[in-house]
Amino acid sequence: MEHSNSMKLGKKTPMQPLPGNGKHGKVHLTDEQIISDLLPQKFGARGYLWIAILLVFCLVGVFAYYRQLRYGLIVTSMRDYASWGIYISNFVFFVAISLVGSLITAVLRLSGVHWATPLTRIAEIIAVAAITFAAIIIIVDMGRPERFYNLFIYGRLQSPIIWDVTVITTYFFISLLLLYIPLMPDLKIMLNGHEKKGIYKLYSFLGSFWKGTHLQFRISKKAVNILCIAIVPVAFSIHTVTSWLFATTYRPGWDSTNFGAYFISGAFLVGSGAVSVAMYVFRRYYKLENYITQEHFDKMGKIVVMLGCLYLYFNVNEYLIPAFKMKKSEEGFLNGLFIGEFAPIFWSAIFGGMIIPMIVLLFKKGRQPLPMFICGIMIVIGAWFKRYLIVTPTLLHPFLPMHNVPASYKHYFPSWEEWAIAFGSLSGALLVITIFAMLFPIIPIQETLVEQHEKELHEKAHH
Amino acid sequence: MDTNNTSRKDFLASLFTTGLVLAGCSSKKSPFELGAEEGVKATGQKVKLLSVDGEIIEVDKAFLKPVPELPSLTNSQERTGIPGKKFVMVIDLSRCKNLRKCQQACNHMHHVHSNLNWLKVYPMGEGEHTAPYWQPTTCMHCDEPPCVKVCPVDATFKRQDGIVLIDADRCIGCRFCMAACPYSIRVFNWEKPDTIPEELCGKPYSCETSMPQKVGTVGKCDFCPDMARKNELPHCVTACPNGTFFFGDLNEDSVTNGAETFRFSDLVKDKAGYQLMEDLGTKPSVYYLPPSARNFPFEKGLENETEKS
Repeated sequence: MEHSNSMKLGKKTPMQPLPGNGKHGKVHLTDEQIISDLLPQKFGARGYLWIAILLVFCLVGVFAYYRQLRYGLIVTSMRDYASWGIYISNFVFFVAISLVGSLITAVLRLSGVHWATPLTRIAEIIAVAAITFAAIIIIVDMGRPERFYNLFIYGRLQSPIIWDVTVITTYFFISLLLLYIPLMPDLKIMLNGHEKKGIYKLYSFLGSFWKGTHLQFRISKKAVNILCIAIVPVAFSIHTVTSWLFATTYRPGWDSTNFGAYFISGAFLVGSGAVSVAMYVFRRYYKLENYITQEHFDKMGKIVVMLGCLYLYFNVNEYLIPAFKMKKSEEGFLNGLFIGEFAPIFWSAIFGGMIIPMIVLLFKKGRQPLPMFICGIMIVIGAWFKRYLIVTPTLLHPFLPMHNVPASYKHYFPSWEEWAIAFGSLSGALLVITIFAMLFPIIPIQETLVEQHEKELHEKAHH
Repeated sequence: MDTNNTSRKDFLASLFTTGLVLAGCSSKKSPFELGAEEGVKATGQKVKLLSVDGEIIEVDKAFLKPVPELPSLTNSQERTGIPGKKFVMVIDLSRCKNLRKCQQACNHMHHVHSNLNWLKVYPMGEGEHTAPYWQPTTCMHCDEPPCVKVCPVDATFKRQDGIVLIDADRCIGCRFCMAACPYSIRVFNWEKPDTIPEELCGKPYSCETSMPQKVGTVGKCDFCPDMARKNELPHCVTACPNGTFFFGDLNEDSVTNGAETFRFSDLVKDKAGYQLMEDLGTKPSVYYLPPSARNFPFEKGLENETEKS
């Protein structure tokens, strides 16, 4: 750390290449090389096309929401039995995926794992984007969104919704800080020698007070450490409380003491899947092969397998043990999942979103970038449908039989407005990540430099 | 005697109306001043009224106008409940033949959206060797209401008199209460209710009448506390020709279906009354009497078994 502090990164003078460059390791990079590699790159036509596609999805979602505001929730397919639908499952999905920020940044950091450093910012921006859209989607689900402020005026501590609002807000701010604080030295690097025009005004606004002094480095390191410790219980809380939205009710399929742990293990799995996908994409389009290496994929792959095993374990607890008893109230629900109308989705999610990726990643060849990318996508899609299976089938199997309602009330298939809003929110989250990656270095420059220097010092000492 | 009665009723009605007119205008000009109510011409016909001071006064008929019934209770009074009461209901399953008069009366009196029902009659008893029966299901007005526990904004609340109500002016439409209710009695106004009469549209919402229902908020059976305030029975109770529903006050230990009155504790003891899903610990205020010695065969009720569509 001392070394890095004396590097004077903000100075306009070019940095000296360190001695021993290129001699000892496979890849030895100069500081300039690292900086120019990691600075945000120009978006080509493909990048802009991607942004345009996401924007179109978002706009369609906004239009669908306009219709919902105008006509009420009648535009959705939710009715009195299926009173929560893909909005809520999408919310759970977002909260789940956001947990990865805490896993990669905090859990791995606190356990002294250094290889994950280049992935921290990817994980944090996924967390911030996902938690933002989780909050948005929950407002979309409300019948009276204009009364959102009632939560603050009349909020009652006994309601799990208030707990959720509290911990999600806290998590959002901690994640934002964990994204921002390590970004400050990078902003300084990016500002280096540039006139404060256009986008540099933003960089200077965000990072002008970062002077790169010894003291600032020390405070920032301490702050990040405190935040890393603080975020772990908050992260556990957000998803445990989200699971309690269901587990505090009596309904079959939700009335489970297993739910908090089941949700958290699932969240870590989908989050790592998402990071694997993001790693592949950024590596490929930003040419970051020297920074996100095969080794990263290999290690992430092992983590995914471990988390998959954990999630599988909780799934066994969650489905097979009730199935062993087949209580009358749970019978319809479980049969619906295993052999009934939800069986195709259920088994696809279990095999496609958990077991098959796990098997693939057990092999070293499976932990290559491309297979990891494909497995990551399978895990993420499987997780999205799994959330749907957690929310809706339970509601369609109430204690008293469904009765005295129009036929349309007994089934649920999302309306186009719901799909549009769900896809719009997913696109929105991707858009936030994309624009962030367009404006800021997606791999922390300062931290990479520090690690590179430490590695070199270490190697030098050995010679 | 008859005419006397009528005139007295008229007199009281006009007294009420004038009182409101006077109260309504007190902040403005006096209605008796010239030009106070533009466009209103004196007809010359005078009406005798009793003033607040006990004097008999005369007012021109033209100045009398009907005033819509104003909610006389504040929100906090509606949230507190009727002092000294603990309302209970007893539903005698041996008397129900799925006529659904209760449901019709309830929907009609509360202007419930045409797709929704606050009160449902379930065909129950699916067991292979058990006899099916009809089960009218209202809100259980639980003493440990799961819906109230989860409501984030106190929009659904439990009153001193045991009734669970909804404040549709506060409800944010999160539908957590619907997920929490094991009896699935809560309904949601997915769109603007299609059955609200015009005169009700502009009125402020009252928790006690649960009217007018509002789009984007939850609705449910309210045990008709507005009727209880008038010492009258809920609409479902009076609508049932078979006297299936008994309503009353636990503190008085009596329940009635309008024709018969029972001591509540005796009725529940003698007929082995039970609560729905007692095992969940929700402590419902609705008690069921088992469908033994039935008045009607189950099949009789199938005639009315048409799904709403």
